[in-house]
Amino acid sequence: MSDYQTHEHDVLVIGAGGAGLRAAIEAASVKGLSVGLVCKSLLGKAHTVMAEGGMAAAMAHVDDRDNWMVHFADTMRGGQYLNNPVMAELHAKEAPDRVRELEAWGALFDRTRDGRILQRNFGGHRYPRLAHVGDRTGLEMIRTLQDHGIHQGIEVYMEHTVTTLLKDGDRVVGAFGYDRERGRFRVFKAKAVVLATGGIGRAFKITSNSWEYTGDGHALAYDAGADLIDMEFVQFHPTGMVWPPSVRGILVTEGVRGEGGRLVNKDGKRFMFDDVPDLYKNQVAKDAEEGWRYVTGDKNANRPPELLTRDHVARCINREVKAGRGSPHGGVYLDIAWIKEKLPNAQEHIKKKLPSMYHQFKELAGVDITTTPMEVGPTTHYVMGGVRVDGVTQMSTVPGLFAAGECAGGLHGANRLGGNSLSDLLVFGKRAGEHAAKWAQAQKPSNINAAQVELAAKQALAPFERSGENPYQVQLTLQDMMQDKVGIVRTENDMAAALDGLAALKKRAAAVSIDGNREYNPGWHTCLDLPNLLCVSEAVARCALDRRESRGGHFREDYPDKSKDFAGHNTVIRKAPDGSMKLLREPIVPLTDEQKKVIDANK
Amino acid sequence: MPQATFRIWTGAGDDAVFKDFATDVSEGMVVLDAIHQIQAESAPTLACRWNCKAGKCGSCSAEVNGKPRLMCMTRLDTLDLSVPVTVEPMKSFPHVRDLVTDVSWNFRVKKSIKPFKPRKPDAPDGTWRMQQADVDRVQEFRKCIECFLCQDVCHVLRDHHKHPEFAGPRHFVYTAALEMHPLDTEDRLSHMKNEGGIGYCNITKCCTKVCPEHITITDNAIIPLKERVVDEYYDPLTRLFKVFTGK
Repeated sequence: MSDYQTHEHDVLVIGAGGAGLRAAIEAASVKGLSVGLVCKSLLGKAHTVMAEGGMAAAMAHVDDRDNWMVHFADTMRGGQYLNNPVMAELHAKEAPDRVRELEAWGALFDRTRDGRILQRNFGGHRYPRLAHVGDRTGLEMIRTLQDHGIHQGIEVYMEHTVTTLLKDGDRVVGAFGYDRERGRFRVFKAKAVVLATGGIGRAFKITSNSWEYTGDGHALAYDAGADLIDMEFVQFHPTGMVWPPSVRGILVTEGVRGEGGRLVNKDGKRFMFDDVPDLYKNQVAKDAEEGWRYVTGDKNANRPPELLTRDHVARCINREVKAGRGSPHGGVYLDIAWIKEKLPNAQEHIKKKLPSMYHQFKELAGVDITTTPMEVGPTTHYVMGGVRVDGVTQMSTVPGLFAAGECAGGLHGANRLGGNSLSDLLVFGKRAGEHAAKWAQAQKPSNINAAQVELAAKQALAPFERSGENPYQVQLTLQDMMQDKVGIVRTENDMAAALDGLAALKKRAAAVSIDGNREYNPGWHTCLDLPNLLCVSEAVARCALDRRESRGGHFREDYPDKSKDFAGHNTVIRKAPDGSMKLLREPIVPLTDEQKKVIDANK
Repeated sequence: MPQATFRIWTGAGDDAVFKDFATDVSEGMVVLDAIHQIQAESAPTLACRWNCKAGKCGSCSAEVNGKPRLMCMTRLDTLDLSVPVTVEPMKSFPHVRDLVTDVSWNFRVKKSIKPFKPRKPDAPDGTWRMQQADVDRVQEFRKCIECFLCQDVCHVLRDHHKHPEFAGPRHFVYTAALEMHPLDTEDRLSHMKNEGGIGYCNITKCCTKVCPEHITITDNAIIPLKERVVDEYYDPLTRLFKVFTGK
């Protein structure tokens, strides 16, 4: 028998970023309900902290033409209509209340002149819609939720990692994991489990994501029998740092472009005007002058092409670099310093509006962005795909298992709009917490299966008993391969090669070993993260191979156009009884007549 | 490629020692890159806490050549690489292993401070109005990434171990942010004076110097709080007034 401690809760939330914290707060608001919150890191350090630009909510503080219908239509257009419209509608309707709620809990957003919450422009949003705090909105959000959450009677397990979900029949009834500090095993018994573990960026070499983003929630759900959806859609953010090498991938906020930043190639040409997709033809500025008027608040102007959706901007940058028109280190230039031609106090303005970017470039690259253009290029940023959930309750296809935030799929379709992530976390974090609490209250007691716990413990300890290679080497090989073969530009041959590579890497991962003991041993933790990374990588590769078209975040060089044949279904991944990964094409959730009208009215 | 030597505090308890690791150095590298390289090459179990590697989460706090720093924001080209670079865990908190310390005390202190309590909404729709000028100061405090480097450098904690009776700079900034929040109605002054022990701070400003977010901790957060404590509890005229009025 393995040695472990058992903790019992009504609702267990795994992941303590925006979605997890919001879910825990909601569940804890039900009287008498016991809520546990598992964080992979310390509380308040989750990846949400890195979000910069803001959270999208149609509050219409800056442009009174905005409302939930425009936001809904923008989200669907951005997602190329593969989104779950139920989620997109709830999201657009409920985001304003979630933002105001944060203010009631102490968040301090930047203000309009009349003292309300200020909103800024962002790619794909028709009107200024992002509530923000300079370029550190994620920090404001997670800190507000944290400081509020610690007074709600939630039991917080810091630096704990869940490796397996425990089931009683079909139902999820708990989780097995370890604490980082001592390496002791824990069994969490729960009537409902909410996954809020974030994304999968660490499967790629160049990423803006933190170390925690190893696809844990995706893999836990998949192993428990839940469906994953839309996994081919990975967002490559157009602007990550490219130089020096050690900072490659670190995010440069879209807010730079929202404030007027322009993208230019090595010849000084502003290349984004050359290629405007049809869906956006009548929403883009005719010239640079109109673009500037847009970012400075002229309601009659259209957006500059730099503020098109992320998938498109990333591909344009990629094209410039491939055509030999890039910057010396393989990116393009993002120039905000030019606004000094327009603003007398431009340097101060930039520092005030983009303080983190100013410091990031100053300290890490030795570049002063108020005088010098930044070198930027695409970086793996977000996974649109995730656990397939019910749009209203956030329950997965496995009873008792819920998911919210980045690890859930559906809201964003083929491409997420900037700013729709933070609002997603709040809207669906709340919903997941609410419905997990309801579910928990209706459940009869369950049993933890001792054999499942034994097996999980045995698997967790296996790396100490083997004598194979170092887990970091396997991880690095995986990241290189995914970047190279399943990255921003994909082809059939590359992805087939990636699947072969993944099969080989699985064998290597099953043999990795580590020495030392269980106390705060990062090598051991890497061994345990590897199966999750491999699981999500395989899901991405399989789905990407199956979708023989280009749409949103998924670009196929061998099928560069959108295809009607692929417009009507989402790709679903499920674990087959024999343990292999099964792929299904499932029809998209249809639009209601009302929703169709809203979309048509906002074309 | 040039190499540098990193003299890293490794192990746990009485067995912990400095150990030298050599690794290649390339352009733009930061200390955290070197630690990761060493983990991948020769010390897979080397413990260090990190998350974002972009100076935003405040996880990778350590002491580089004796100075409290975020490892992810300390470029190697700012250090003298002709001699070994020392990397040690923070000193104000119990050591766990290698570069990791137990910072949970900070989370307990924070919980003891009364939470935000807003005034009634200003507008009929349940929202508030605040001017940017009124939130500027508090926004400065809310930049804090909770790296606890200010707690690490503060001699009241580091040298005098006053943890049970002193909240430390991080929690003075936290309290100041709440107290100066335009909507807040709570009073945390007696807590600052008594449980928070703000009187122990003798404004050496070391916390301000190490803050990676450049928050003017001492001048903008601690001193105004100290002044309010003095006004409330030590002002002779007020005391006299209280004696006569019995209030």
